Amino acid sequence: MIPILGLAAGVLLGLFLNPTVPIWLQPYLPIAVVAALDAVFGGFRARLDGIFDAKVFVISFVSNVVVAGLIVLLGDQLGVGAQLSTAVVVVLGIRIFGNAAAIRRHVFRA
Amino acid sequence: MTGDKVPDRPVPGGSGDDAVAGMPSKPAAEPEPAAEPNPEPDVAADAEPDGATGPGPQSSDEGAPEEPEHVDAPGTEEEAVPASAAVRRRRRRDPLASALIGILTLLLGFAFAVQVRSAGTSQVLAGAREEDLVRILDELNAREERLRGQITEQRTALEQLTNSDSQSATALEEARRRAEAIGILNGTVAAHGPGLRMTVRDPDGAVRVEDVLDAIEELRGAGAETMQIDGVRVGVSTAVTGRPGNLMIDGRPITAPYGFLVIGSPQNMETAMNIPGGVVQRITGLGGSVDITQVKDLVVDALRPLDTPQYASPKTGN
Repeated sequence: MIPILGLAAGVLLGLFLNPTVPIWLQPYLPIAVVAALDAVFGGFRARLDGIFDAKVFVISFVSNVVVAGLIVLLGDQLGVGAQLSTAVVVVLGIRIFGNAAAIRRHVFRA
Repeated sequence: MTGDKVPDRPVPGGSGDDAVAGMPSKPAAEPEPAAEPNPEPDVAADAEPDGATGPGPQSSDEGAPEEPEHVDAPGTEEEAVPASAAVRRRRRRDPLASALIGILTLLLGFAFAVQVRSAGTSQVLAGAREEDLVRILDELNAREERLRGQITEQRTALEQLTNSDSQSATALEEARRRAEAIGILNGTVAAHGPGLRMTVRDPDGAVRVEDVLDAIEELRGAGAETMQIDGVRVGVSTAVTGRPGNLMIDGRPITAPYGFLVIGSPQNMETAMNIPGGVVQRITGLGGSVDITQVKDLVVDALRPLDTPQYASPKTGN
């Protein structure tokens, strides 16, 4: 319940405040969002599996975001930022799909 | 000295460490190993969730399945102690964890909304990478080039169309003018303009074919453009035949007085008729007379049928 409330409140805040993304953050924000989404999906799946652990969730959330950001930062430093962000998004997207499939099996038994 | 101290050492054990600076290392080392095992359970307790979280961040779907050991552990007697500790830990941290989860998800929602908002604006370019910008610029340049090429093509096509349009219009106009001129010369269209009305009286029936032909030639030489004689149009192939008093033009009989209607420069033609030894003088010599009047605008409306050439055809492509 808390995550859903937090998400909704965050979205509303973002829509109402409508802040400008600082330029230095612009390459990382989308990646961070995708990484966090991956963590959220993983957490939701764990919850459905009955093995949800708040600590695991929090740490995986933070580390996902940080690692994804670091990879993109590294890529930027190496001059392959665009490719590495694509790679990160692809990997995270695959994992989100996997988690979504597990959630789907739980919810629809199919 | 040392002998004394050696027996002393075991007795004070940890307490005698203050006495000797060099020695305390060993007694101090003893408590350390002892202290280490103590923290170890704590570390282990921490490490177990950590071990679960370790894979967690890397692959949360893998990390999740690993947890069941701990979560299911409460059911199994053997791991009851660490498991219950973990459960206790979780219980104890519940408010904190909930708060963290709430904050994180709130951040996620916020970032999501902000990113969605900013992705929809042109501000995206400001944060784009240099390589991306170069690629975008290249694409735009290529597109511009393509569009420019299209503009050039269209412009050329437009020019050609306009050209051919005006050319064909000009050609049409030219052709029409030519057709009119030829028609006038050929006698297929009626014409009007300044000219002479000339009446040749021939009471004696003495005017011959040559005289009429002379008159026509003189008039033409003086710039006559088209003429008719007694309602018969004179064209390029007109023939004057017959006998004096019974003349025919193009096979059609004409009777005296012969009425000439000529379009051309009136002064020039009148002068040409009246030159010494000219038409007027000759006809007068034959017993006839010639009346010439200059007319500002006379109509030559007798028509000749158009001769379609039977053998000759236009040669194109000179």
